[in-house]
Amino acid sequence: MSTILIIEQILNGLQSGIMLFLMAAGLTLIFGVMGLINLAHGSLYMIGAFAAAAVAGLTGSFVLALIAAMAAAAIAGVLVEMLVIRRLYATDHLDQVLATFALILIFSEGTRWVFGSFPLFLDIPDYLSGPVTLPGGIQYPFYRLVLICVGLLVAAGLGLLITRTRIGIQIRAGENDREMIAALGVDISKLYTLVFALGAALAGLAGALVGAIQSVQVGMGEPVLILAFVVIVIGGIGSIKGALIGALLVGLTDTLGGVFLPQLFKLFMEPSAAQSSGSALASMAIYILMGAVLIWRPTGLFGARP
Amino acid sequence: MIRERTLNGLVLVLLLAVPLWAMFNDQPFTITLATRAVIFALAAVGLNIALGLGGLVSLGHAAFFGIGGYAMGILAHHAQTYTPVMELPFLIEGTKSMPVIWLVAMVTSGIAAFLIGILSLRTAGVYFIMITLAFGQMFYFFSISWAAYGGEDGLLIYVRNDFPGLNTLVPINFFAICFTILCLVLLLNGLLARSPFGLALNAARQAPQRVQTVGLDPQRLKLVAFVISGVITGLAGALFADLNRFVSPTMFSWQMSGEIMIFIILGGNARLCGPVVGAVVFVMLEHFLGGLSEYWHIYLGALLLLVVFFARGGLVGLIAGREVAHD
Amino acid sequence: MTEPILATHSLQKSFGALMATDDISIDLYPGEIHAVIGPNGAGKSTLIAQICGGLKPDAGRVELLGKDVTLTNTLTRAKAGIGRTFQISALAMEDTVLQNVLLGAVGDIGSPWRFLRPVLNDGSLRSKAADALKRVGLQDHAATRTSDLSHGQRRQLEVAVALTLKPKAFVMDEPMAGLGAEGSKTLTGFLDGLREEAPILLVEHDMDAVFALADRISVLVYGKIIETGTVDQIKSSKAVREAYLGGDA
Repeated sequence: MSTILIIEQILNGLQSGIMLFLMAAGLTLIFGVMGLINLAHGSLYMIGAFAAAAVAGLTGSFVLALIAAMAAAAIAGVLVEMLVIRRLYATDHLDQVLATFALILIFSEGTRWVFGSFPLFLDIPDYLSGPVTLPGGIQYPFYRLVLICVGLLVAAGLGLLITRTRIGIQIRAGENDREMIAALGVDISKLYTLVFALGAALAGLAGALVGAIQSVQVGMGEPVLILAFVVIVIGGIGSIKGALIGALLVGLTDTLGGVFLPQLFKLFMEPSAAQSSGSALASMAIYILMGAVLIWRPTGLFGARP
Repeated sequence: MIRERTLNGLVLVLLLAVPLWAMFNDQPFTITLATRAVIFALAAVGLNIALGLGGLVSLGHAAFFGIGGYAMGILAHHAQTYTPVMELPFLIEGTKSMPVIWLVAMVTSGIAAFLIGILSLRTAGVYFIMITLAFGQMFYFFSISWAAYGGEDGLLIYVRNDFPGLNTLVPINFFAICFTILCLVLLLNGLLARSPFGLALNAARQAPQRVQTVGLDPQRLKLVAFVISGVITGLAGALFADLNRFVSPTMFSWQMSGEIMIFIILGGNARLCGPVVGAVVFVMLEHFLGGLSEYWHIYLGALLLLVVFFARGGLVGLIAGREVAHD
Repeated sequence: MTEPILATHSLQKSFGALMATDDISIDLYPGEIHAVIGPNGAGKSTLIAQICGGLKPDAGRVELLGKDVTLTNTLTRAKAGIGRTFQISALAMEDTVLQNVLLGAVGDIGSPWRFLRPVLNDGSLRSKAADALKRVGLQDHAATRTSDLSHGQRRQLEVAVALTLKPKAFVMDEPMAGLGAEGSKTLTGFLDGLREEAPILLVEHDMDAVFALADRISVLVYGKIIETGTVDQIKSSKAVREAYLGGDA
């Protein structure tokens, strides 16, 4: 097995990890600030992807498609927040789970109703497609590199937003003490809507970016949502830094495990058995990782200690 | 307002009467629907012990449903292909006997619930929800990649398994088996809720500190509840697989977990017959709305939102009112 | 001299720079009520948490019946005989009053692993529970939902639950808080008789009750015990006077 393959797979892992981060960041912010578990976050991802595919189909512009993805997801997010989510802040987690599960049903079936059951395709624009040659002669798809860079940029921007801006200070204050920031005169319901819109836009962006390398279809959001949950559990709820580290860990474990575990098993098993048991174990690898982190730190790597 | 006990009796009588009517009017499909409702109800009664009594919002109960299903699928698959399940370290043969399959389903899902519970109960609240969901997914992906038992396609079982003294291929007979099990488990649930264990578990949900200060371990109470809950849902999984004569990774899917939870909330959380009412209503909605529109999930979603916002006690709560404290 | 039932030796606990418990040694002898008083923020809650096992001290020991229990958790200490009541009621609010007391009775038999026989059919559990309710005067409220109880009645229920455990020592966190004058008087009378059963470490704000009940009083200020003595000694103590009035005087 060559170094080139290993580096390629590491890059793939980084790429899927950083896209997970876009999902997890929104989820963890929403939970940290509002105390809300939002299962419908995957639907916002899907909405972003569909909006991008539709706009790209109409205009042919990838940039416009991305903007549309973020806008559509943010608008959907704001609507949902004002109509449904707002009533859930004071309720228990069970109600939140059910109401947001109900939202998934509505969004998924609604999307199927509008766009049909067949997957849509979102093409990578010419200027981003094709391979590039990395130092060391490694050929790697340019688009995936762009995804990594975009993700890192968003992560950096989010970090700055949280630590350096007025909004960020309010968000952090909201995580610590809700009554306090209300007492300080911050319009809390506006802040909530804003955080929700921000999280939604990030999810929509992720959906559009990933939609271009996978297909755009109903139900695409939920597997990512659950991975994002794993990320948050590993990183610690409410922590952006935890979400980033957790996302990269999960992305790398998932990708590398899928490729290398079967190879590893071939060292001491016959090929077909190694392939099947290796990939079976690989499919469980991130959950094993999660279990291990939990045994070590029940509130995640960067979560608040109780 | 009707008393809850009367309502429970009424529900069960109706649930028995409809398939009997269907049998005399030669409507086997109705019997199958009723069986489906009964099995879903059983799965939800299982979850209700963890959720209603113990306050454990498990979004991963599909894991146990699926384990029960695969216990049936694997044993029956080996029986119909005349191959052993394993030869080393000792020989295990496949079987077509329902009681044996049930036992295996219950034991394996119990072990899984114990392991998942021990890990998940280290956390609480929203972490617990996410972790149970994630463990459920773990089984889902594992079943997909487990090529020996059909992977994504699942396993097809040609003939329904046997029950001593009954022809299980006759729909009403299989319904009778499932219905009897449901009644027994409801009885068990009722006793459990009133037992010292139920009392302590109930208190562990509301005031864990208090339970500790009387010298009882709330975590252990919750773990035992989680295992009992998983065992029952696992049994339901085995029956569900037998009903369809088919198992596939969908039994492990997180939508399944969500649906089991919906049965409870639709009917009424922590109510003895809440899950039964919820499952029956769900199967009816599925049948009638599903026949009306391909997109019936939209209506289901809207209905669910209405229940969350306006009918906290579910349908049982609407009809029977606030729970009367036990005498 | 008899051995103390419950004792702490040089307990220390700090949160960052704040010394919440500073070298606290306090003991509780059979038959006595030992009251702990002190201004808000003096470290009373931190002290109780360390005695009952909710918080691990940085240094020092907790002894129950002469046995070192410092490293054990709440559960073990409850089993070993500490009967605690909470300042903010920790009760199963959706359950009836009787059910809450029954929980104590189940705790007393030490095993909740009885699955099939209804708790209400168990005569001995029931009579234990009824007994405890009667002693605190809640016998007419057995079937009341706990959330429907008045504040004072919840306090009484807290005590009733602790009674069912037949503890070796009671640790009561402000049982009088929120009781009216009448309720406070009733409970004072009741606790007065209770000391023969098991001694009481009483953390309390209500000075009338403390002066009426306490055999000894310890005054806790900024994490330190500045004085321990009888009611009269405390009343006439200069140090206590300074601590309480010093700022304003």
